[in-house]
Amino acid sequence: MTQPGETGAALDGNAMAGDLREIFAVDVTAARYMCAGCTHTDAVATLMVWAHSPGLVARCPHCSDVVLRVVRAPDKVYLDLRGSVRLEVPLEGS
Amino acid sequence: MGIISRGFGGRRRESVPGLPPGQYLTHDFPVLSAGPTPRIPLDRWRFTLTTETGDKTSWNWTEFQALPAEDVTVDIHCVTKWSKLGTTWRGVSLDTLLADVESEAEYTMVHSFGGYTTNVPMEDLLDGKAWVAYKFDGEDLEPEHGGPARLLIPHLYFWKSAKWVNGVQLMPQDEPGFWEAAGYHMYGDPWREQRYQGD
Repeated sequence: MTQPGETGAALDGNAMAGDLREIFAVDVTAARYMCAGCTHTDAVATLMVWAHSPGLVARCPHCSDVVLRVVRAPDKVYLDLRGSVRLEVPLEGS
Repeated sequence: MGIISRGFGGRRRESVPGLPPGQYLTHDFPVLSAGPTPRIPLDRWRFTLTTETGDKTSWNWTEFQALPAEDVTVDIHCVTKWSKLGTTWRGVSLDTLLADVESEAEYTMVHSFGGYTTNVPMEDLLDGKAWVAYKFDGEDLEPEHGGPARLLIPHLYFWKSAKWVNGVQLMPQDEPGFWEAAGYHMYGDPWREQRYQGD
């Protein structure tokens, strides 16, 4: 298990809350991801995020594979989710 | 509002000779990274060219150091808008590495330790336009800047100059690499401001 800081990741998944809120109507940092590399599952907020980069790169804290990438262009946001098998989003009131 | 600024396409700076549109000058050397910095012992370093038919040519560190090297002074331009002029490097030209390789491929995928990839057309690697560099400013290239060796392809945005490079796959068709698949431009010419898809 790796922790942010040990590997150079300055931030955790909470750092993506603002960018992801513009794409989704829910707080995605509370959703659970499943890593496509190792099937580890946890809250998006626990991902290790590299932000000193041309985009945000969120890696699995268990295997360090890339789970999602966010790239902001002037007029759009790209979200690449190929490193995530699924997102499990809790429903309000449940 | 997110934690990073809205894109990199916005305001114009004053015109400086050698500075592509939308760029500003920096005198330090910012470190950008999409993951942990790999530490590659030189006895485990290897660089491999793989053709479209699967033929491989590779060099270990000792063999690579024995190849003819060139000293080059070039300007570098990062898509995050900083440019650094007159940087000095030492490395092996891709012309040297590809000299004896039989291939019809028009595209390549550059691979790095740590899993990073970036696509570059074959013609952009040839004719004195690209190097595998292992010294910067007269010193061994530090791991934070891509050491032991990185690609240096200064006529394209610097995300194409893959850190910790360990090979080039020759391909008949173009495919996106790490950043290109996530929204960045397939080619990345700083003089045409090819930052994002569609630019």
